[in-house]
Amino acid sequence: MTLSRELIEQDPPLRPNGSAAAAILAAGIGSISLAVITIAGDRSAGVKALLTFYRPTGPLSGVTTTALGVWILTWLILDRLWHRRELPLLKINIASIALLFLSFLGTFPPIGDLF
Amino acid sequence: MEITTHSLWTLIHGMGFGALYLLAGSGALFAIYQRLQPASPASQSIQNNRFLGAYLSLMAALAWLSVLSGTYIIYPWYRFPAPAGTANLAAYPRALLLAHSATSGWHSVGMEWKEHVAWLVPIAITATAFVVLRYGRELPRNPQLRSVLLVFVGSSLIAAGIAGFFGAMLDKNAPVDGGQTIHITGGERQ
Repeated sequence: MTLSRELIEQDPPLRPNGSAAAAILAAGIGSISLAVITIAGDRSAGVKALLTFYRPTGPLSGVTTTALGVWILTWLILDRLWHRRELPLLKINIASIALLFLSFLGTFPPIGDLF
Repeated sequence: MEITTHSLWTLIHGMGFGALYLLAGSGALFAIYQRLQPASPASQSIQNNRFLGAYLSLMAALAWLSVLSGTYIIYPWYRFPAPAGTANLAAYPRALLLAHSATSGWHSVGMEWKEHVAWLVPIAITATAFVVLRYGRELPRNPQLRSVLLVFVGSSLIAAGIAGFFGAMLDKNAPVDGGQTIHITGGERQ
């Protein structure tokens, strides 16, 4: 198949960016929730015990499962609210990248232990 | 030549899923940066965009397989507590590392960071794959979306690199070993 046959209309109308914004912001929120739950589990023996969903893996099972739950739920809610909307993507990108950066720091034990 | 089942799983987790992810990552960065430029003829091709979406989906599958196998298959072997009074801690990697001040940091910093930061990888790459599959043909006209996807893929590579580095160092200092022995082939006697 030639390239010209692969091409279709050059400039189809842009879709609303709401679904992309929802995926991007939800990833940031899911990432920071991982760091926050990790720190909460380290700070409190009670929380640590609650987070032990699967005994052989210990609290890590609860930390990751809860963070994934927050991520997926946030994504579903934001997508439902935003999928037909055009949103200021730059602000959402900056917020999500900042959350991602903070989650790197928050999961780093010498920094997480400061809280 | 023999290998234990626990060693085989660490190989599948690290050298299989993890290393393949890292190899694929540079290709994804290149593809998003180069092929989705507005001037690139490849950017307008439906087939190229579908390929990139499939490529990123495969990376997401590798990331999920890596964190799930690490967390639910290998990590329980790593953290299994040594019975009281055990003199030889070789079969208990976490206890072995924590028994010596020279190696305890590999657990308290290395493993503690690795086991959490690795989970940022599937989150970031799944979001990236979704956006490319849904908005593939529009990405050349949306530099803000392209930029954030580059940051996501780059961040996932950094997180995977951290996890891979500490995984290799942990396995060097206190390898996860044990389980059944698999005989691969016989060697020649000198």
